[in-house]
Amino acid sequence: MTVMERLAPQLVTGAPLLTMSGISRRFGAVVALEDVAATVWPGEVLGIVGESGSGKSTLLRMMNLEDTPDTGTYHLALPETPGNLFDLDRFARRQLCARRIGIVYQNPHLGLLMGHSSSGNVAERLLIAGERSFATLRAKAKGALEASEFPLTRMDDPPRQLSGGMQQRVQLAKAIALEPALLLLDEPTTGLDVSVQALVLDTLKRLQRDRAITMVIVSHDLGVIRTMADRVMVMRHGRVVEEGLVDQVFQDPQHPYTQELVHAKL
Amino acid sequence: MPNSDTGTQVLRVEGLSKSFRMHHLGQSLHAFEGVSFTLNAGEFLLLKGPNGVGKSTLLRTIWRSYLPEAGHVWFTHDAGRIDLARAADVDIAVLRRRDMGFVTQFLIARPRVPAEEIVAEPLRKAGVAQIDALEEARRWLSAFGVKRDLWRAYPTSFSGGEQQKVNLARALIQPPRLLLLDEPTASLDAGARAALVARLAELKAAGVAMIGVFHHPGDVAAMVDRNILLTAKEVENVAL
Repeated sequence: MTVMERLAPQLVTGAPLLTMSGISRRFGAVVALEDVAATVWPGEVLGIVGESGSGKSTLLRMMNLEDTPDTGTYHLALPETPGNLFDLDRFARRQLCARRIGIVYQNPHLGLLMGHSSSGNVAERLLIAGERSFATLRAKAKGALEASEFPLTRMDDPPRQLSGGMQQRVQLAKAIALEPALLLLDEPTTGLDVSVQALVLDTLKRLQRDRAITMVIVSHDLGVIRTMADRVMVMRHGRVVEEGLVDQVFQDPQHPYTQELVHAKL
Repeated sequence: MPNSDTGTQVLRVEGLSKSFRMHHLGQSLHAFEGVSFTLNAGEFLLLKGPNGVGKSTLLRTIWRSYLPEAGHVWFTHDAGRIDLARAADVDIAVLRRRDMGFVTQFLIARPRVPAEEIVAEPLRKAGVAQIDALEEARRWLSAFGVKRDLWRAYPTSFSGGEQQKVNLARALIQPPRLLLLDEPTASLDAGARAALVARLAELKAAGVAMIGVFHHPGDVAAMVDRNILLTAKEVENVAL
């Protein structure tokens, strides 16, 4: 016997913040994503797990409009963005990303200018969105760094002089400086010491609780997903093989691959 | 909030079945089949049966940590009723925050979060101000006998019994409509057990519907309205 189909939401009546459907992407002969659908509700944290090459980071980059699929649509329920976001021109995409979507990469080099000051990195995001007053830029950058629990005594140091944990906090400050509707996290704690990892996760948890930011977090670390996410999507070979509440997917996995993954956890 | 009008149906379980398909074994492990019962506001239902018969599995299936294979779990909420067996994941998340509670033997602690914040979290999520939520959390930690100097400490380093007290304080700080109890007294000392039983009696009087599995059923004997005996293949309703 198999489990029963789940019904459409009845208690949650608003629209999802993020809706992607029919997303497929090939790189030459390699299938990166095959008919992927994703839904994220306002205030929710969606986790995406899967092994390297499963397509999870490719999907996250599409959510950040860095790449477009061969087929598929992407909607965010925001007043200024009716229609498929993949149809926007480059300028509109850049504006939307700067104002409404924040991202933290595993590799801080992708998200930061390593030689500029940390506060300058955060302010750059505000500049793109049109902020021009120096006093406001500095005050807002400081506020975002503070919310990310970055030590303000070091706000003028460039990221290349900072530890990995602190670089992630600068990325986070940059990502939340404009109070984004959607925060994307691509392996945000991979490569950090366990103690630093716990601190960064703490900061994310607190931000999520206090600001109810909608988040999508990609990680191959099931512990990180269990701590952070409300729901989880399991990906393999570019497809979503299973989706559900975090405790359900980890305690009662249905797909053979998810069972393997859960049973392999130390 | 719980309905104090006892007699109102909170849960109606119909023909609920669960087994686990283990792909690496190439077989399914049977848990239970065709379980049916109803539960009203303010009622306390005790699940009985030998080890491994599926008592905890039944609780987790109602909570939807496990996906059932057949049957219905009709739950009455403020605005109607919903089938927990098939409800959308987002709806289950809403109900868990608002209307349902689950107490297990195992604490789900987060690294570096102090005990009092873990306990206060359900109130914070319900919109209570930090200062009030923490005050209420400390009151419950104290009621369950957690020493004051542990309130700011991280429960990941606590003993099993102390972790369980934090767990209980968190689960019971906000009265749900339906409370599922999976051996909540398992690792508790006498004082904490008494505090728990007193709190459960209060919740029952306030109309909370409860289903419990207890290692020492004697602790809650005075509260039990009905027993359900799970046997290997079926469930028997045994009236008191």
